Amino acid sequence: MQALLKHRELILVGAIAVLVGLIALRFPGFIAPRNIVRVFDDTSILMMLALGQMVVILTRCIDLSIAANLALCGMIVAMINAAFPDIPIPALIVVGVACGAALGAVNGLLVWKLDIPSIVVTLGTMTIFRGSIFLLSSGEWVNAHQMSAAFKAFPRTEFLWIPVFSWIAIAVIALFFVLMTRTPLGRSFYAVGVNPTASVYTGIDVGRTRFFAFVVSGIVAGLAGYLWVSRYAVAYVDIAGGFELEVVAACVIGGISIAGGIGTVAGAVLGALFLGVVKNALPVIDVSPFAQMAISGAVIVIAVIFNARAERKTGRIILRKAEASA
Amino acid sequence: MLNRPEKPATMTAEPILRLEGITKTFPGVKALNDIALELYPGQVTALIGENGAGKSTLVKIMTGIYQPDAGAITLDGEAVHFPSAHAALDHGITAIHQETVLFDELSVAENIFLGHAPRTRVGFVDWKKLRAEAADILKNMGASIDPGARLKDLSIANKHLVAVARALSIEAQIVIMDEPTAALSHKEIEELFVLVDLLRQDGKAILFISHKFDEIFRIADRYTVFRDGEMVGSGLMAETDQKELVRMMVGRSVDQVFPKQEVTLGETVLEVKGLSHPTEFDDINFTLRRGEILGFYGLVGAGRSELMQALFGATRPSSGTVTLEGKPALAKSEADAIEKGIVYVPEERGRQGAVIGLPIFQNISLPSLKKTSRSGFLDLAREFALARKYAERLDLRAASLSQDVGTLSGGNQQKVVIAKWLATQPRVIILDEPTKGIDIGSKAAVHEFMSALAAEGLCVIMVSSELPEIMGMSDRVIVMREGRIAGEFNREALDAETLVRTAAGIEET
Repeated sequence: MQALLKHRELILVGAIAVLVGLIALRFPGFIAPRNIVRVFDDTSILMMLALGQMVVILTRCIDLSIAANLALCGMIVAMINAAFPDIPIPALIVVGVACGAALGAVNGLLVWKLDIPSIVVTLGTMTIFRGSIFLLSSGEWVNAHQMSAAFKAFPRTEFLWIPVFSWIAIAVIALFFVLMTRTPLGRSFYAVGVNPTASVYTGIDVGRTRFFAFVVSGIVAGLAGYLWVSRYAVAYVDIAGGFELEVVAACVIGGISIAGGIGTVAGAVLGALFLGVVKNALPVIDVSPFAQMAISGAVIVIAVIFNARAERKTGRIILRKAEASA
Repeated sequence: MLNRPEKPATMTAEPILRLEGITKTFPGVKALNDIALELYPGQVTALIGENGAGKSTLVKIMTGIYQPDAGAITLDGEAVHFPSAHAALDHGITAIHQETVLFDELSVAENIFLGHAPRTRVGFVDWKKLRAEAADILKNMGASIDPGARLKDLSIANKHLVAVARALSIEAQIVIMDEPTAALSHKEIEELFVLVDLLRQDGKAILFISHKFDEIFRIADRYTVFRDGEMVGSGLMAETDQKELVRMMVGRSVDQVFPKQEVTLGETVLEVKGLSHPTEFDDINFTLRRGEILGFYGLVGAGRSELMQALFGATRPSSGTVTLEGKPALAKSEADAIEKGIVYVPEERGRQGAVIGLPIFQNISLPSLKKTSRSGFLDLAREFALARKYAERLDLRAASLSQDVGTLSGGNQQKVVIAKWLATQPRVIILDEPTKGIDIGSKAAVHEFMSALAAEGLCVIMVSSELPEIMGMSDRVIVMREGRIAGEFNREALDAETLVRTAAGIEET
């Protein structure tokens, strides 16, 4: 199965390459290094959130509040910057991450201690988080002119030809890789998703593991909240509205099984990149915004069908092997 | 539909269902070998046999869930086969299981008529008629159940009644009852028997599966005994007695040799005193010595697994103490039990034991990750070495330790689960039905290993419903019945018939 997954990721790489190649045939500018960096930069937040969401989905849960969490943390950071422009950026990042972790912990505690299905919990907290932004800001926007120059400039600062914004995404991807493949916690995310009952009998606290998954997802959302408001230099109630669905879509395209237990960091990143390329390419080849939405949607459905088929095939292979080995 | 004239059960009728030469093989296991079974209208046939004798497999074949490899099924003189569960239902065969397979969120009436609801002329469900007919059936059964009640609000006994009502509503000819009394109270069992009588008078052919001899003698007209997938006897209840049935059940050729090593037992390691649970077991006392294999025998539902789960911290007992090597060891959680050195190999290997979907080495290392990690990060090399060490000790047959544990045969999966626990270096290992559903070769390997472990000074508790295993492997056997210890026997005093009688609560004759 591991081999098939690897295979799947290669297919995704191939699909992205073919897609980029086709676009480049008509618009060579699309594969100019500058543009590739721009597409990656544009997709950074989606990649990070997809990784956070992946961890939650692995444990057989879902975090629908991830984008609302982002928006609330973003608003808090933006308001702090507007009120106290002298607070240094690292401190703001810590605030964003801490807020995100706290909000994620709320989700996690509700799922863990009250045993409420995560889809219900996060549907509720999603609305609560959005409502809280309104209460905090009284519905006002925090606009570019209220933010400090350093605040706005930081993510766009280039380092080795690549914006800091992208570097942060790269660092997050690396951290997730370590978390998922090199820590006991990462291992228990998989174990809990693959077989919660057996995990319990192995001494893994399933609820606690899910709690940590939500905290991880919250941390990413908090970080992304800071990045979003500083990069787009605006904060209001509806930023990243509906973005949670795009995040889930990226996960699904990346081969993360909605049934839990199956998925890799590479898969989530590639899934997000695939969506990012499609979204960036469609305006280039002059597709109307409405058709863009339909095409993005179609891509997601096709990916899900592909996924479902792949998963069914593994099941059959397992059986055949079992019969052969007996 | 219940208003047919009552007809007396006659013993000379032709069988309505006849199974001949049914054989079913699973990878490595011959579950059924050339068995025969006849069911007669208006009669109750008891199917008797130890766990693993093939009773459930037969039920699954009769209800179209499994397909037999060979053999013929004749229904009313016509050859039939059931390619699906629906086909069996269409032929009027219905099963009532130990845990009813009905729909908790639907009403009683809906459960009764699901799939064959009365329709109005335009094809919609005729709710009025459905409710009226459901109420009719329940009333005829003498059951005081509100047809509008939701099933999940009913007791298990009442759920059984609903299942019976469903059997009546589809006018089933053959009703299979698979240990229907296992979870019922005494009074509820009496009520169920009234219903069985009702079905009998209605001319249904009933297959009644039970471990409890008093029930079988109360209710059955005929019996069929299975042992190790073969039919070893059948006849009329009136012409047999408990002693003969027990002998048929357990009597076997003695070609099965168990690799039990002689071990000099050491000091007492585990001591359980007055352990009680509000609903599952009561006042359990026993000790376990170093190097000992302690067998727990009993019928399904005697509380053995529940007791073990309490020792493993999965359920909380209400009172009592557990002492391990002189220290209190009542586990607060599974992780706590593992920490204290008590590990548990659960009964349902696929669901509770092996983490199917993870590779073998990750399965083995899962509870030992703290030990193999360096400063909080996994050390894959050390993890792999640990897995390899214990896989080799258990003689695990696998192409690679990186392959999914789900690709292994049942026996090898069990080895992975045991390897996982040995890697934690436990004091006490609890094996719950360790060889259930695995092939003979792996069975022997597990037994051999169990014996070796005990010889090395590990304490082994083995829960098993297989008599030869219990008798072959245990230094001492505790028999549980209805949540209490019913008897304790040393290895020298073990006798198959005594064990079965103690477990079933049959008086010595």
